[in-house]
Parts: sequence; C-alpha cells; structure tokens
Amino acid sequence: MEELSILIGGKAGDGIRQAGQTLARLLNRMGYRIFFYDDYPSLIRGGHNFSIIRASKKKILAHKEKVDLIVALNQDAVEKHRHRLNSGGVILYDSKKVEAQGVGIDFMGLVKELEGAPIMRNTAALGALAKVLNIDWPLLERVITDTIEKEVDLNLKIAHSAYNQVEKTCFSVPNLSQKMLPLVSGNEAIALGAVQAGLNMYIAYPMTPASAILHYLAEHEDDLGVVTIHPESEIGVALMALGAAYAGAKAMVGTSGGGFALMTEALSLSGQGEFPIVFVVSQRPGPSTGVPTYTMQGDLSFVIHSGHGEFAKLVLAPGDAEEAFYLTGLAMNLAWKFQIPCFVLSDKHLSESIFSFDADPDKVKPEDPLLWDGKGEYKRYLDTLNGISPLAFPGNPAAVVKATSYEHDEYGITTEESEQIARMQKKRLRKKKTMEDELARYEQVKVYGDPESKTVLLCWGSTKGACIEVAEELGLKVVQPLVLEPLPITPLREVLSDADKIIDVEVNATGQLAKHLSGHGICIDDMILRFDARPFTVDVLLEKVKEVLS
Amino acid sequence: MTTVKELGTYAQNTWCPGCGNFSILNSIRKVLVDLEEEGLDLNKLVLASGIGCHAKIVDYIKVNSFYSIHGRVPPPITGIKLANPDLTVIGHAGDGDAYGEGIEHLIFSAKRNIDVTFIVHNNQVYGLTTGQFTPTSPAGFKGRSTPGGSPEEPLNPIDLMLSAGATFVARGFSGKPKHLQFLMKAAVKHQGFAFIDVLQPCFTFYNTYDFYNKRVYDLTDEAHDASDRKAALVRACEWSYGEGERIPIGIFYQVRRSTYDEKLLAGRIPIYLKPGNIKSVLEKHT
Ligand SMILES: Cc1ncc(C[n+]2csc(CCOP(=O)(O)OP(=O)(O)O)c2C)c(N)n1
Ligand code: SF4
Ligand SMILES: [Mg+2]
Repeated sequence: MEELSILIGGKAGDGIRQAGQTLARLLNRMGYRIFFYDDYPSLIRGGHNFSIIRASKKKILAHKEKVDLIVALNQDAVEKHRHRLNSGGVILYDSKKVEAQGVGIDFMGLVKELEGAPIMRNTAALGALAKVLNIDWPLLERVITDTIEKEVDLNLKIAHSAYNQVEKTCFSVPNLSQKMLPLVSGNEAIALGAVQAGLNMYIAYPMTPASAILHYLAEHEDDLGVVTIHPESEIGVALMALGAAYAGAKAMVGTSGGGFALMTEALSLSGQGEFPIVFVVSQRPGPSTGVPTYTMQGDLSFVIHSGHGEFAKLVLAPGDAEEAFYLTGLAMNLAWKFQIPCFVLSDKHLSESIFSFDADPDKVKPEDPLLWDGKGEYKRYLDTLNGISPLAFPGNPAAVVKATSYEHDEYGITTEESEQIARMQKKRLRKKKTMEDELARYEQVKVYGDPESKTVLLCWGSTKGACIEVAEELGLKVVQPLVLEPLPITPLREVLSDADKIIDVEVNATGQLAKHLSGHGICIDDMILRFDARPFTVDVLLEKVKEVLS
Repeated sequence: MTTVKELGTYAQNTWCPGCGNFSILNSIRKVLVDLEEEGLDLNKLVLASGIGCHAKIVDYIKVNSFYSIHGRVPPPITGIKLANPDLTVIGHAGDGDAYGEGIEHLIFSAKRNIDVTFIVHNNQVYGLTTGQFTPTSPAGFKGRSTPGGSPEEPLNPIDLMLSAGATFVARGFSGKPKHLQFLMKAAVKHQGFAFIDVLQPCFTFYNTYDFYNKRVYDLTDEAHDASDRKAALVRACEWSYGEGERIPIGIFYQVRRSTYDEKLLAGRIPIYLKPGNIKSVLEKHT
C-alpha cells in the first residue's frame, strides 16, 4: 500500500481529534509518513468535527479531498463526506447510530456493555479500524497504552472487543522498514524552534490558532527551560515582552490577526527602541473574528506593512513543521542579532496540522547577540557602521541602559534636533541593509518539482504541500519564498527568470503575495485563490491547475 | 556613593516653572541616594515612564530606564521584573496614562501583586497635550475637549487599587516633599505592588496648590491603622477627587502577600535559563 487516507468524523465532544491522533501515531510507528488535518467549528459540544489522516510511504505535507475509509461516529460523517470515498473505499460506522453501508459495529452497545463512558466510542472505533486495516492487535495495544492517560485498561478492553467484532479485513497495511519520526504540529515546531534558539519567556493571550504554542510550552516549561505567561491582553503581552527583552530575556509572543492588531503599538516601540522580539502570527480568516478555527493567508499585507513609522522588520513564512522549527529559530537569532522585530507567519493549516518531523535539532543553536565590551561610557544607541549598537542590560555595573520610545541621541535621551533625528533614522534603517546581507547566506527561496519547467506554481506558507504534489504530478516547478520581508528579490528573479507562466496559488481572496511581488516588478500570469476558509487539498488543486493550463 | 547631583543628566529640563513634577523628581533622586546608602545597588535599578509631562523624569535621572508609551508602564515593568527579579523597578505614570489609556494594566498589576513600585503623577489633567480632562478631573472640569465642563464623575484610584488587590496603597502630595520621600522609600521597600498616587499641581493647566494645601492631612496624625482594609476604604472615600474638605495623604493600606514574581517564577531567573533538551521531548512525540 503506497498511501492511505482515513477520515474520522463525529460531533464535537466525540473525541475525534484524539482518535485521529492515536491512529496517526499507530501508522507512524509502522513507518508511514503522516499528514494530519483537523477540521472543527468554533464550539465545544455538537457541530461536526472531522480529522483526515493521510499516511504514505513518502514524505507528504498535505491531505487529499478523497479518502479510502470513513469512520463515522454520527450520521453527518456519512452524509457530509460520502462523496469523498475513493472507489473501493469503505465506511466503518457505529451501527446503532448511523445508517450506512460498509462495516457496521455497535460501538455504543459495546462501550455500554463494558461500562465505559460514551466518549470511549472513539476507542471502540480505533479498535475496529485497526482490524479493518489488518493491523496486528499488539501494535494498537501499545499505542493506546502510550497515548491514553486515564483508564487505560478499560480502553484496551473496549478496543480489543471492537477489534474482535470485525469479521473481515478490508485493507492490508504492512509495516514499513523506515525509521520512525516524531509527529509534530506546526505550533509545536514553532515552540521547539524558539526553545532551541534560547527562548526564555513565551508570553501570549489565548487566540486560535496560536493558542497551542502557549499550551505546549506551559505544559513543558520545566523540560524546555522556559517561563510562560498569560497576561491581561495582547497589548499587555507585547509590552511585557519588550520589557523582558530590555532586561535581557529572549521573548516571543504569539497570536492571530486580531490579537496582532492590538500589538502593533508595541511593534513600533520595538522599532524605535530597538528591542529584539519574535512575533508569531498564525492567520485565520478575517476580517475581525472571522472564522476562528479555519484557515486563511489573509494577513500577509497587514503584517508586512504593520506598525506606524519606518523601521526594519523580518517576516518569515514556514510552510511545514520542519520549516516552522528552523525559521522560528532563525527569527529568534536574527531578532537579537539586529535588535529588530521578527515575524513567524503561520496559519491554522500549518499551526494545527501534524507532520512527520525530520528536522535536525542541532541545526538551531542560540547565537550570542552583539554585547557591549565594557569600554568607555555605555551608549545604548551607539551609531555604528552597520547600524547595530552593542547591547548591555540593567544590572551591568558599568552601564546605564536607557531605552526609549522617543527619538533619542546615542545615550537614549530624548531629542528633537533635526540632525540628530535624521542620523538616528538612518542608523536604524541601515540595519535593513545589514540584515539583507546576512540573509543572503541563507536559503530564502525554495524550489520544488521540476526545476527545468517553465511553468511555475508560486506559493508561500502552508500552501506549499499541495503545490509540491501537484507540480510533481504535472511536471511543474514550485517556487516558495521563505522570507517575505525584506523580499529576497535577487534569488526570486533568478528562479523565475526563465518562467513562461507563473501561477500564483494562495489561500486568500486578493492574491497578496502576487501584489507584493508586483510592487517589485515581478508579474504573475494567473492566480488560483481559495478563500472559503479551507486549505487546498492535493486533488482539488490538481484540477484547478489543469484548468488553468488547458 | 552617588550624590543627588550625580544622578542628574545633561538633558535640558522642559517642565514649566512651578510644576509639581520638580518636587517629585527631587524626591525620587533623594530617595535613590538614601536607598543606595542603605544597600540598594543602583545598577540594578530600572525606572520607567509613560508619555506625558511626568514621563520626562526618566531623561532627568542617570539610571537605567525604559521610556515607554502612553498608558503602557505596567506591562514593561512587569516584563522587566519577571525577566530578572534581582532588579528593583519603579514606574512613573501620568493620571491620563495610568487611569485612562492603560487602566487595565494597572488593575492587573495590583491584582497580581507584582513586586514593583508605581508612582502616578496625578495633576488631574493631560499636561503634555495642553489641558484636557482626565479620569481624575472633577466633574464639570473645563478643559479644551470639554469647554462646557466634563460630564463625568472622577474615578477614585485609591478605592480602585484597594479593590483590585494592591498590597501597598498610598497618596502623596508634591507640595510635601519630605512626606513624599517617606512614602517613596516605604513603597520601594515593600514587597509587592506598591502604588502611590501623587497629587501634583499642573501650574499651567490646573493649578491646585492652594486647594491641596488647605485640605491635605497626614494619616499618621490620626492613628490610622494601615493593616486594616476596612479603615483604608473609609479613608479612601473621604475624598473622591472632586469637592471636599479633607484630603488624607499617607499609607492607606499595606499588607504582605506573596508576589506574582515569587509565585510565577518559583526561584527561576529567566535571563539565566538554559534551553531544555528538546530531543527527549521529541521522543514523546512518536
Ligand atoms: C496612544 C497615544 N494616544 C495619545 C497620545 C497623546 N498624548 C501624549 S501625552 C497624553 C496625555 C498625558 O496626560 P497624563 O498621562 O496625565 O500626563 P501628564 O502630561 O499630565 O503628565 C496624550 C493623550 C499618545 N502619545 N499616545
Ligand atoms: S503643563 Fe503642567 S504638568 Fe506639564 S510641565 Fe507644565 S506645569 Fe508641569
Ligand atoms: Mg496628567
């Protein structure tokens, strides 16, 4: 079996995500590469939730519209998703609750009989599913034991009973002899990348789809050596982080568009006062509250142009968990190297999807910022050739460290003198050039698919996964800038120079990357945009690209 | 040892002659010198301020400082204290700053009991933006945005801070610098959120010297028990920033409660934390 896609659906409160994750873990341990997509509305009980677990022999970064198996815990899961079944596909369903054709097992009856809680229907479904997939019971037993925190024995009994009730297997999913990789969500990768680059404090106010960064770091505070804080508001969050940075702590904040709107005041303060800080902005559909638990790439223009006044910032856009890890580490290191705000721009689709994670942790290390050598009198805003002033922190016995939101002289004392003002503006903006020189050492633009192809799918962030598979299928080239501000114009021109047709693929309504590039003289020939709050799946995008090419 | 003079900077002072801020500046310098003699390391001191006339104070004192933005003094000083709890942190704010633009931060600072000192230069007016009414201006205040008189009742910050859980609540008057210095010293020494509302006449837009001079009295002269929260509330309501006969100054309330930094950090000092081993954490992801 090359690959397999399974949809598990039910209502909120049925433990859909948990069942999906346990299944992902099971297939992961059998050597498959996983992409896990979670679809849920913004409510706690009711509604319709589903997860799609796609497992493949090769690395995958996206899911497909079509699936091989539907596990239905309610009728909606059948009605809403029946059309997704591939030919030869199977529905496994709770036979007393759901009408369908396929493999029906009385999950509810079985749970009741064993005196389990109703939520344990998800365990029963897993047990039956393992048998349908012809997976040996001990493998599932192990995964359940390692995953479920409460009432392991009861869950095992339920799963085993369901496993035994399935009379015939429908698929054959063999063990693969590939090394097993950790399963990591985009948000977890962001958290781990920051930790690896020396994060000391993570400060955030809950907002989907960024909340899981806070939850994950708070849960693992001691293991990871960080302090997490949940303050009164995003305004408080961002300013606390600047205070922490001033005192010498590496701080990161995380939110979605609405929360970031409240942080823009602090963003400009970080520009003026030269406070290093990392902002994680995980996009969801707007404007305003929008669609809280779904995805969109609608805040690119906002983030690039955010903040009043003119100052340098760096915007990095990872497209999978590995990039999320590396680029967050890079954002942290460069924020401190250049004393600027750096952004990690994610979205729901990257943040909350789960990937087989093959990053090398040792490739990210905390880098020392430029520290004051202790000679002479300390000037926080020393005017230097590259614009970077050496750092000292309060507590240093020889330095008086004066940081400020006002325009200031080298010591950090307020100024309104014209020469002084122009000089300091130039000093700060000089850091942009210094940063561009440094960025040239990194891979700023990625290319996938057929590098010789003259048809290019241009994308950024989480859209890359679907684009890569479509390009591989059709023999096209994919271009994905990782750095979106300052735009890596030279490498972009290079990889786009011999393109006949550039098709821009984005999950927003106006083609924000295309607009950004056109401002730098790069013109797009076609756009494929999706803005119904859902990500591109491989098969849907494939059809769209074929339409454009025909 | 540092002298008061050595604490000055080359920045040109731009307060109006007669401004109540001068007395606050002189008092804090004096207090810092005294505290240094008592063992405080001034290198481990950070002053912060918001935006307004009051905020210029950080330019006039040669110590570490964080000149923040309007209303946003509490969050950065909280961040500074949490990042390095060895630092002593004092925030200066305006009344527009603290009670208007950034009131949520102030309430949370008190609620959490973060171990910092917070001094409000309360001139009951927006000084720097040339004379509009603030949250503590009396009802009917005729400012440039309310030529017909403010339609709002003033807020009572002493009452507010007591309700919010501040563990040190005081009021001073810039016209009584010795008393103010006593309050400042006690506030810095207090472990927990120490709040002082300083009545500070704005010579140019709201000259209240006479009004305050006639009415203020010292709580210590009337055997006020600062550990008694009920008594503190009664005193707090004796004057609500409008009309009134008697205005108490002094420490309304002081109590020791474990601080936010103590509880949140539990001995950790973030600036010295080393990254944990992510490889062992990743192992749990298989
Ligand atoms: C976000 C923001 N809004 C408005 C202003 C303009 N502004 C500067 S100072 C000030 C009021 C200052 O009043 P207060 O805090 O009482 O300080 P004072 O000047 O009286 O010391 C205002 C509204 C600003 N700097 N920032
Ligand atoms: S305007 Fe008022 S507060 Fe501001 S400096 Fe002048 S007197 Fe002082
Ligand atoms: Mg004022």
